[in-house]
Amino acid sequence: MINKTRRNAEEALYDVEDGAVLMLGGFGLCGIPENCIQELLHKGVSNLTCISNNAGVDDFGIGLLLQNRQVKKMISSYVGENAEFERQLLTGELEVELIPQGTLAERIRAGGAGIPAFFTPAGYGTEIGEGKESREFHGKMYLLETWLKADYAFVKAWKGDTAGNLIYKGTARNFNPMMAAAGNITIAEVEELVPAGELDPNMIHTPGIYVQRIFQGVNYEKRIEQRTVRPD
Amino acid sequence: MALDKHGIAKRIAKEIKNGMYVNLGIGIPTLVANYIPAGIEVILQSENGLLGMGPFPTEAEVDADLINAGKQTITTLPGSALFNSSESFAMIRGGHVDLTILGAMEVSENGDIANWKIPGKMVKGMGGAMDLVASAKNIIVAMQHTSRDGTSKLLKECSLPITGVRCIKRIVTDLAVLEVTGQGFKLLERAPGVTVEEIKQATAGALVIEGEIPEIEE
Repeated sequence: MINKTRRNAEEALYDVEDGAVLMLGGFGLCGIPENCIQELLHKGVSNLTCISNNAGVDDFGIGLLLQNRQVKKMISSYVGENAEFERQLLTGELEVELIPQGTLAERIRAGGAGIPAFFTPAGYGTEIGEGKESREFHGKMYLLETWLKADYAFVKAWKGDTAGNLIYKGTARNFNPMMAAAGNITIAEVEELVPAGELDPNMIHTPGIYVQRIFQGVNYEKRIEQRTVRPD
Repeated sequence: MALDKHGIAKRIAKEIKNGMYVNLGIGIPTLVANYIPAGIEVILQSENGLLGMGPFPTEAEVDADLINAGKQTITTLPGSALFNSSESFAMIRGGHVDLTILGAMEVSENGDIANWKIPGKMVKGMGGAMDLVASAKNIIVAMQHTSRDGTSKLLKECSLPITGVRCIKRIVTDLAVLEVTGQGFKLLERAPGVTVEEIKQATAGALVIEGEIPEIEE
C-alpha cells in the first residue's frame, strides 16, 4: 500500500511555496487544521490565496496568517469575527472574494467532482450576480457559478487511517470533505491515526482516494468562539 | 408598547407548526427556539451541518466540535443528524427546510431584503443568508421597524446592497406583523398599544391597511 503517512506537519507541508492556492477546512474555529496553520506560520510562505468559510479570529486560526501578512487573497462567506481582516479589507491591503456559503460549498464540491459549473439561485439580483451569466429555469432565475480547486487542501478529521480514510466528529465536518476532494494535494491532519483496517468502512466520511498525505496532529487547542452553557 | 426582542421572538414562534424543519438565523431568530409552544415539535437545522439542534450544553457537556451557525456551543438530540456543508445547503436550496427565520437591516415593499453589507463600514460577508433567501419556501424576517434615530427600515426600495430579490413574505417588527403583497406592506397585527398611525409614521414603503387591525396577542 502507498505510504501516505507523514510524521508531522513540517514533513507534510514541505513543498508548499509562496503564492499557493490553499483550501482550509473549518467553520469558525470548529474543525480547522490547526497544525497545518501553525506550520504555514513557521514556514513563512506568503502571497497565499486561502479558500475557507471564515478567516479565524484575530489571534487564532487563519487570523494568525493574516496578522503575519502571509495572505494575499481570502475567499470566504463570512469574516465577521476578525477585526484585522476587516481592517485589511477596508484599506485594500487584502483581496477578498465573498461568496454565499452554499455557493462556496458547492463550488468546492464541484471542483472535486469534475463539474466545471452549475446554476444556483443564491445571489441572483444582488451584486454577487454582477458580470455572471444568469438563466431562467422553470420561471426562476439562477446564476452560473464555477468550480473551485486548490493546489493544497488542508483538512482536519477526528480519526484517520494510513490509507487516508477519514472520519469527522460533530459539526467539525463542515467544509472538510469537499475540500479533501478539491485539493490537488490534500493533507489531512487527524487527532488519532490508526493502521488501515481499524476503521469501520461503513463509517468512513472521506474515502482515502482524496487524501495524499496524512499525519497525527499535536496540541489541539480547539478554541471555542462562543462558549454558551445552560445551568446544570 | 413596542415589543422587545423577546416579544418579537414569541410572536414568530406562533407561526411554527408541528413537524416543521426550521432554520434560525443569528440574533432575534435564535431566541425563537425559547418560545416554541408546548406540544409543537420542530427540528432545527443549523447550516454548519446539524439537523436536530438541541439546547446549549451544561458546563460538563461542552464539546468544541459541536457548535451552531453562530459559533455557540450546542448539543444534539435523539434523532439528530450531522452532515457536511454541501449537504446542508442542498437541504436549503432543495426546498426541504420548511421555514427560515432571519434578521434584516432593510426590507423593501416588493420583498427585497438587505442584511449583509454596509458599504465602507461593515463587510462581514453574507454567510448562508443569500442561499437561504433565494431558496426558502417560507421566510419570516425579525427586525426593528426603525433604526435608533427613527429612520424606517421598511422601505420603498432598499438603500443597502440587497441579499435577495422579492423573497420576503412576512415580517415581524417591534411594532407590527406585516405581509409583503403586490401593493406593499399589508398590516396584519400591531404591537399592544401601538396605533396604526404610529406604524404608518414608521413605515417609509407603501402600507396597506384594511379594516380593523388587531393587537398581537400576548
